[in-house]
Amino acid sequence: MSTLAAPTSTSVPIRRDVPAVEVADLRKTFRRRDKKAGRFAKKAWPALNDVTFTIARGECVAILGQNGSGKSTLVRLLSTLLINDGGEARIFGHDAFREEKAIRKLVNRVSVEASFFKKMSAAENLSYAARFYGMGPRQTKTAIPEILEKVGFPAERRGEAMENLSRGMQQKVALARALLTSPVLLLLDEPTTGLDPRSKLEVQDFIRQVRTEHDATILLCTHDMNEAEALADRIGLLDKGRLLFLEPVADVKRRFGVETLEEAFFAATGREFRADEVEDENDDDEYREVFG
Amino acid sequence: MSEYAVEFRNQFVALAGIVERNVYLTKRYFLWDLAFMVWTIANTLTIVFIARVANLPPAQENRLATQLLVGAVIWAFLGIIFEFVTETVAWERWEGTIEYTFMAPISRTVHLFGMAAYAVLYGMIRATILFFAVIAFIGIHIPNANFGAALALLAIASLSFMGIGIMTSVLPLISPEKGAQLGFIAQGLMLVVSGVYYPVSVMPQWMQWVSKISPATYVLRGDRHAIVDGSGIAWADVWPMLVIAVVATPLGLATFRRGERYAKKHGKLKRSG
Repeated sequence: MSTLAAPTSTSVPIRRDVPAVEVADLRKTFRRRDKKAGRFAKKAWPALNDVTFTIARGECVAILGQNGSGKSTLVRLLSTLLINDGGEARIFGHDAFREEKAIRKLVNRVSVEASFFKKMSAAENLSYAARFYGMGPRQTKTAIPEILEKVGFPAERRGEAMENLSRGMQQKVALARALLTSPVLLLLDEPTTGLDPRSKLEVQDFIRQVRTEHDATILLCTHDMNEAEALADRIGLLDKGRLLFLEPVADVKRRFGVETLEEAFFAATGREFRADEVEDENDDDEYREVFG
Repeated sequence: MSEYAVEFRNQFVALAGIVERNVYLTKRYFLWDLAFMVWTIANTLTIVFIARVANLPPAQENRLATQLLVGAVIWAFLGIIFEFVTETVAWERWEGTIEYTFMAPISRTVHLFGMAAYAVLYGMIRATILFFAVIAFIGIHIPNANFGAALALLAIASLSFMGIGIMTSVLPLISPEKGAQLGFIAQGLMLVVSGVYYPVSVMPQWMQWVSKISPATYVLRGDRHAIVDGSGIAWADVWPMLVIAVVATPLGLATFRRGERYAKKHGKLKRSG
């Protein structure tokens, strides 16, 4: 049996009569230091502001936005890593903030940084992750080589420490980790950022393959407009915590009377699209009061 | 299999996964562990040699050296447990894996117990090596030692140490920068009031009262009797440790859950990136 087609280990009921993701008026505010107002002063920083959208089962939706626009906050809220300040989010009908246990069985994620135990090998890292989803040694013995082969990871490097692998290789292992557990909702947060063009294309091909072979709904957060256009059924624009639109690419272009998504961004925000542009030179993490 | 049986099996597999991961990491960091072991032996020797300058008759000097050794070994054992459990969060944050672990369908109780279980196993192995290495080096005679009772008491004490360790493991969630160090302060304070190198009776009265709520007090007393006098397991040492474990474990888990909620509310789960 193909790993990608393997049923999820979850015993969580997946309702077919509801959208895969329903987000309504979702809000998240962080408090951050405000040096101008005083040494200990803090000010509220809305990372997500009344965001509302739905994603149908099997759909691939891309959320575009600059750094600090709230993309990662959205992904973290949907993956039970943050608690909302208002609104609601449902995944296959389960409340993301009250039914964490159910949500965790349905969702997996690939983030911009590969995040592994660097001294451990790809196979060891994958088996560690798989155990959390109830996959015992007998299952991972066959599933790990299979999934690594699918993502194009060389078999002879399975036992090599992650710290010796290139960024592209590490990101392939990250994809393998997410898919090994057969999630029904896959959250991709800048999965190709920092990859060389070849690795980027390989990862994108694999995401397409996942869509065709695996019953997964995909939320792709990226600042790469070409990637969003190439992979997604619908594209949303998140700007300063607000979702400005979420439509098929053709509708976006028609709505603004433009040829490209860059032009659409300009028409919607009045600003040029720069992936690294961040308000007050802060990123999501500083919004989150990490150094507070 | 029923839904509960599947869930139980999955949680057991997850617990085994944490132990398995720590085995992998111990193998990878083996040489560093060896270096740390040398340091621990050297550190213990600096304490046990104090018995030589006390100008006591040989039998009493041997007794004092053994008592100091037991204190130093339990300090080292407790250090391992606190290091592993307190760094449950700090370690994963440093590696960058914390968000993947916290979004996985593993119960936090199982997660923390997996860390603590490995810490106890690993700590016991290290404590045993340390104990016999120092004995071999310094030439202590312990003909009456009851090692079975000493190990059993250490295992019982581990239950309460785990509970207290879980309480301190929340600190890195609240303070990513300094939380882990605070865990070691807790370890030091616990041993100071527990008579780590001296009888509890030499401490001020208020400290003697505090010593009654420290599980280290009972394991130090029980293990000294077992190693020096060959005593068996005394119920007077066991029941306080069990009571502390019964109180500390749920309290530790509840504290961790509150800390996790706080971190998720304020976005402190991940340090950066």
